Amino acid sequence: SAKFTPLPKMAASIGAVVCRALHSRRHGKFLSIGRGLFSGARCLVAEGETHFGFQTVSETEKGEKVYHVFESVAKKYDIMNDSMSLGIHRLWKDILLHQMNPYPGTQLLDVAGGTGDIAFRFINYVRSQWEHQIRQKLKSHQNLSWQEISKSYQEEELKLPGGSQVVVCDINKEMLKVGKQKAQHLGYSEGLSWVVGNAEELPFNDSKFDVYTIAFGIRNVTHIDQALQEAYRVLKPGGRFLCLEFSQVNNPLFSRLYDLYSFQVIPVLGEIIAGDWKSYQYLVESIRHFPAQEEFKAMIEDAGFLKVEYRNLTSGIVAIHSGFKL
Amino acid sequence: HDAPGLRRSGRGGRHVVSWRPGRAPTSSGLVAAGRMLPIGWLGRARMGGWLRRAPGSLRGLRHLALGSPAPIGRGYRPPHTDLTVTAEEHVDEERYYQLYPGHIPTSPLQKALLSAGAAFMALYNPYRHDMVAVLGETTGTSALQSLRDKMRHDPEGYQILQERPRIRLSTLDVTGLRGLPDGTFGREYVRFLDSNRVSPDTRMPVKFVDDEELAYVIQRYREVHDLMHTLLGMPTNMLGEIVVKWFEAVQTGLPMCILGAVFGPVRLNARKLQILTTELIPWAVRSGLNASCVLNFYYENRWEQTVESLREEIGILHPPTI
Repeated sequence: SAKFTPLPKMAASIGAVVCRALHSRRHGKFLSIGRGLFSGARCLVAEGETHFGFQTVSETEKGEKVYHVFESVAKKYDIMNDSMSLGIHRLWKDILLHQMNPYPGTQLLDVAGGTGDIAFRFINYVRSQWEHQIRQKLKSHQNLSWQEISKSYQEEELKLPGGSQVVVCDINKEMLKVGKQKAQHLGYSEGLSWVVGNAEELPFNDSKFDVYTIAFGIRNVTHIDQALQEAYRVLKPGGRFLCLEFSQVNNPLFSRLYDLYSFQVIPVLGEIIAGDWKSYQYLVESIRHFPAQEEFKAMIEDAGFLKVEYRNLTSGIVAIHSGFKL
Repeated sequence: HDAPGLRRSGRGGRHVVSWRPGRAPTSSGLVAAGRMLPIGWLGRARMGGWLRRAPGSLRGLRHLALGSPAPIGRGYRPPHTDLTVTAEEHVDEERYYQLYPGHIPTSPLQKALLSAGAAFMALYNPYRHDMVAVLGETTGTSALQSLRDKMRHDPEGYQILQERPRIRLSTLDVTGLRGLPDGTFGREYVRFLDSNRVSPDTRMPVKFVDDEELAYVIQRYREVHDLMHTLLGMPTNMLGEIVVKWFEAVQTGLPMCILGAVFGPVRLNARKLQILTTELIPWAVRSGLNASCVLNFYYENRWEQTVESLREEIGILHPPTI
């Protein structure tokens, strides 16, 4: 397949066409070519093969390689996130939660949730909503006696407000281990469970969850369409699918700066902070291979979701895609 | 086939890599053992490698930071030997410029960032030995070149460059060395390994040196480091390491050694600092200046030699008693 190169678009297209001629005996999947440099990198993968960063590997190999990448970065995952995104990833995740706007009683499934960032934010959000609700209730019930008020506090204190539940599902045991340690350290225990599972084959029954989120995980999945179908399956009717993922930057000048930063600085940070260049090289390459906003929106619609929308953050570095199962 | 977009036959797979330690030399005088790629290609690889990683970077920035770009308009013409290299196995984008196993090609900007970050991290967390190694690799190009030239001009050093011996537990006959009489180099080396509980296999593999012969030189330097401890009679505590670093700084001129030698004592207490400055450092510097290049000795052939005679041969002065 024609690899990503800095050559002008036309050269990349020529290369791609020649590639196709060479590969014509294998009927490769042909992704759209005319979209510029990065598309050149993404075309022409033969069947049974997929991308691992800029390499082409077999599909079984990709799963293993991704597992090893996250196994080795698990312990430094959070530090690296902070240093690579200069802390901005926290804002992105907060915005995701605001968009989700869960009410107490929501059942959340956080896939590829490894270290639990989304799950903890969900718990905080639901708690603050619950406290808000209680305050509202108290305001309207000013004539309650003190005994009745203190009783209502005691009832709800131990359980997570309203019976909200979050299940963190991840294929990688190391990431879950780090997540559990963090939960213990930060004091989250109620309404939280940790499950090992593959996003392409979730170990849950149909129609179980109100919200399904996958933050920075879906680009590591070998078969994205299968993951989307599984998401559709486990959501209740009326459930919401939310995906926070790196996407294509729309501003050309900013895009160049972003590329420079991605390819020059991020692997260096990986080497210095985590002692692991290759994993972070994989990270920046896998971002380039992920479909752009519109294409991913089409994939979500194919899985059966309706009212699919996306919202760009930081001029397209990440995008939140949202869809409903109706 | 020569279309620019198809410069690499970019499919996944493992690049058949060059550096095989211990292989017999080719008939030509050059150290081509293991280097399958012609120099011209290597030169271009060094220039063009990182461009593939920095798509669409601003042209001005690119000139400054990434080195002069290969002229884009002309496209790339792979030399003939590329066909033989890439014919048998598909070459990755990643690994196309891998000159030896574990090589990660880097741009000058990346090297600068790595050096700065590694220096900071090594001082901040002294247990990060890999940072010291990275610093050595990214800053050591000219020192390594002069070391390699010194090796080439010495018969024993030249032999080492040809044969590329590696010091590893799998190649060392540790029980045999342990059986040697006391005072011999082999016996003292094994004693050093045992008492300090270190192993020659913990040396970091080379990643950021963009020349495979220089990569071997720095790998040899790392493996000889433990032997230096033995010859200088220094343990692996902080004090001993600093003394060895001073010796190596004088001997090799590697910026990493110089930085380590100068900044290492920062973490020592006053008493150790005094011993260091009054006795150990002057001795180490004098020994370093007096001794011939330590990389020019085929240590694997000298296990039976006594430490004293080896010291005399190299030119290391007798160590002071601490």
